[in-house]
Amino acid sequence: MVELVIFALMGAVALAGAIGVVRARNPVYGAMGLMATLFALAVFYVVHLAHFVAVVQVIVYAGAVITLFLFVIMFVGVDRAEDLTEKLAVQRPVALIVLVGVVVAAGALVVTGNFDWVITSGEPQVVTGTIEEIGENLISVGPPSGREASRWLLPFEATSLLLIVAAVGAIALAFYRPRRKDEASGRRDAGPGSGSGP
Amino acid sequence: MTGDLWIVIALPLAGALFNHFLGRRIGEPRAAGPAILAVLGSFAYAAVAARDFFISADASQDAVAVVHLFDWIPGLGARAELLWDPLSATMTLVVTGVGALIHIYSVGYMHGDPRFGRFFTYLNLFIASMLILVLANNFALLFVGWELVGLCSYLLISFWYTRPSAAAAGKKAFVVNRIGDFGFMVALMIIFLSFGTLSYTEVLHDPGMVIGAGTATAIGLLLLVGAAGKSAQLPLHVWLPDAMEGPTPVSALIHAATMVTAGVYMVARCAAIFGLSDVAGGVVATVGALTALMAATIAIAQRDIKRVLAFSTISQLGYMFMAVGVAGYVAGLFHLVTHAVFKALLFLGAGSVIHAMAGRQDMTRMGGLRRKLPLTHATMLIATLSIAGIPPLAGFWSKDEILAVMFYKGGYYTVLWAVGLVTALLTAFYMARQYFMVFSGEGRWGEGVEPHESPRVMTIPLVILGALTLVIGFVNTPFRLSFEHFLDPVFHSVPVAHAPGDGFLLAALALVSVAAGLVGILIAYLVYGRASEEVRERLLGRVRRPLMAWEHGYWIDDVYGNLIVKPGSRIAEWSAGALDQRAIDGLVNGVGIAVRRLGARLRPLQSGFVRTYGSLLAVGALVVVGWIVVRGL
Amino acid sequence: MIVTAGWYMTLAAVLFLIGAGGLLLRNNALVMFMSVELMLNAVNLTFVAAARAHGDIGGQMAVLFVLVVAAAEVAVGLAIIVSIFRSRRTASVDELSELSG
Repeated sequence: MVELVIFALMGAVALAGAIGVVRARNPVYGAMGLMATLFALAVFYVVHLAHFVAVVQVIVYAGAVITLFLFVIMFVGVDRAEDLTEKLAVQRPVALIVLVGVVVAAGALVVTGNFDWVITSGEPQVVTGTIEEIGENLISVGPPSGREASRWLLPFEATSLLLIVAAVGAIALAFYRPRRKDEASGRRDAGPGSGSGP
Repeated sequence: MTGDLWIVIALPLAGALFNHFLGRRIGEPRAAGPAILAVLGSFAYAAVAARDFFISADASQDAVAVVHLFDWIPGLGARAELLWDPLSATMTLVVTGVGALIHIYSVGYMHGDPRFGRFFTYLNLFIASMLILVLANNFALLFVGWELVGLCSYLLISFWYTRPSAAAAGKKAFVVNRIGDFGFMVALMIIFLSFGTLSYTEVLHDPGMVIGAGTATAIGLLLLVGAAGKSAQLPLHVWLPDAMEGPTPVSALIHAATMVTAGVYMVARCAAIFGLSDVAGGVVATVGALTALMAATIAIAQRDIKRVLAFSTISQLGYMFMAVGVAGYVAGLFHLVTHAVFKALLFLGAGSVIHAMAGRQDMTRMGGLRRKLPLTHATMLIATLSIAGIPPLAGFWSKDEILAVMFYKGGYYTVLWAVGLVTALLTAFYMARQYFMVFSGEGRWGEGVEPHESPRVMTIPLVILGALTLVIGFVNTPFRLSFEHFLDPVFHSVPVAHAPGDGFLLAALALVSVAAGLVGILIAYLVYGRASEEVRERLLGRVRRPLMAWEHGYWIDDVYGNLIVKPGSRIAEWSAGALDQRAIDGLVNGVGIAVRRLGARLRPLQSGFVRTYGSLLAVGALVVVGWIVVRGL
Repeated sequence: MIVTAGWYMTLAAVLFLIGAGGLLLRNNALVMFMSVELMLNAVNLTFVAAARAHGDIGGQMAVLFVLVVAAAEVAVGLAIIVSIFRSRRTASVDELSELSG
């Protein structure tokens, strides 16, 4: 019963936030909507006893990522209302058809029983995603710790590599100046922002 | 001593490398030094290493050695191994001995050539290759040497590559040799399939245990194809006359004394296989006899001093094939050795004449050179008499032994003996004709040519070879068969045909062949020595038709040109034009055009708008989901 | 009334759909980016719900990895947007169509 209430409340918040993301003319409001959705999901995670994931969700997503988004929105200077009219001729009808198609496809999948393996009958089993549990699963290396080697060890290391690459990439992008083009266009006409490209 | 046998090959190879990198820098006379020293060193080493073979039969048997250098292709039984037995020792000594003299001679002959150093590079490389060929202990290594000498031959024939005729001659030699190599390679494949190895040690030790007469015949005939290519036998002889485009020392070394005898050597080496098949041996002998006769007739009508010698070489090689074909290996190899000496001498003498005539080779424009070139004349006379079979010169002993073996074999081979006898007569005739045309009579050399004796560096090799021609025949006279005993360890397990032991018969045969030689010389003297110009013209006019055929080498070159070369080049042109440019290129271009057109059609799909891509992605996902809904996971 | 995994799945599907709609219909690169994040989170919800339904911690592990990948993506993606903005003075993807065929 309690869970039903939480589901209803937080579900509503999540949906509202999501629609806010999509509908808001001003990206800042969009970011706020996204943050609301992320918090609502964090609550669901707690309900599912995934405490560690919930905490990470709040800190990394609702905290760091949203902050980064807001920072970029401010930097780019689009904290102003934008035009929502469509410029690509067939984009909107096509998109709508595709979305309807997705709904139909999802329904078809459920009806044909392709989702039965997900929706199990009976009581939900108890899995606690405590920090110890998660840690053991991520990085236990074998016998000395008394557990078998984690099957997530390799993906874990791979993600660390991914993060390094991403960090390097972001820094490289930050330092990148299309020098030659700037110089060339600078010689032709000195006006900034006129290099709208070919 | 024999353990370091690789030195024999390494020395000339090092000489070749030295001259390749430094030959031009150290200049003309000096570049020859290391080259000559390398070959002399090889000769000395081989001579010392071969000393056991001379002592006694038992010591000789013990001295046969297989020198393992390294594993090359173990799966083929192709270890890099050298075989040191009397046969390979003989060949090694001939190659390095004659080779050294020709190296020395070349110093004079190639004087002033801008690529002097390069010439010695090639000569040394040839010596090394030839030694690989004769010293190999398996067919794979033999084939390596075989191809390497072919390469050197090609390089040296086309040495003056700016002359179109020299370039063409090199190409021709190469292509014709490929035909022979094809047969040779197939023979090697059959050997490998039958024996599972290419090593002499295993293949040639009693091959009758493994293969039957049929296989032996097949191998023998295919080996003959290879040998015919390299040794210029019918029908693959056409490259050798053209090979005379090369410098004369090259003709002497490669196209007379050594490389062309590789076929004879190979047949002798494979005596155990040929011993299993009478058919193969008979074919070898027949090919040899036909070649000998044909080449001798052609030689009669040649005017170019070197072409006479070229056809003479083909003819003499035919003799050797005749001998080894009837298992007269000792006779064949004996003739190989003596021929190497006196034919090298003939070529070097011819080179000296050409040198004196400022590069002219037409014998009708020579004459009367006896007084001008006394040393050349004397040595050439010895060689001419030797090849004509006049005792006691080298050619008499070896040629006579071949003829005796043929006659003694009897039956069908009596016919071949007769052919050989006629050839001997013709040989004496055309050699005497050459002698008279070049040395006797009056000088017809025309304006601006002042014949002069060659420098000492050229005449000394001539004198040495002349002396050798006088004495070398005595290594294997019916009175004292030293060479035969020398080769005993090689052929002790295979049947070898010998000359008859009957002294009377032997003497009679010798008398007949000497008579043939003398008759030939006499006719040549009457026609070319004594007769006046008009009489000669009249006499030759009576045999105009055969002379025409001989002068043009029975038009074999033209036949090949029309039957093989022309259709071949037409096919090539068709392939290059219609087939390649239209069909194949068209296909490729067509694919390209089709892809480009398809690309043009599909281009709008790549709109550049991210959201369009997003839509397409979603459509793709929908298709996948649809698939799952319809077909299940 | 028990809230089963199916409910959460349905909610996640709706969230995913909204995210997809945002991605297809908006032309502001930042908004599109946020829509992508929305879709990722919708999927995360299904993972966690499935982890609970099956009693398998693997679902939560998957969420962690998605999180890491999303973080990396945000870092690089926002860097790209900033970099585009510096040279183009716009955040609209419809004006970036140089790669059209």
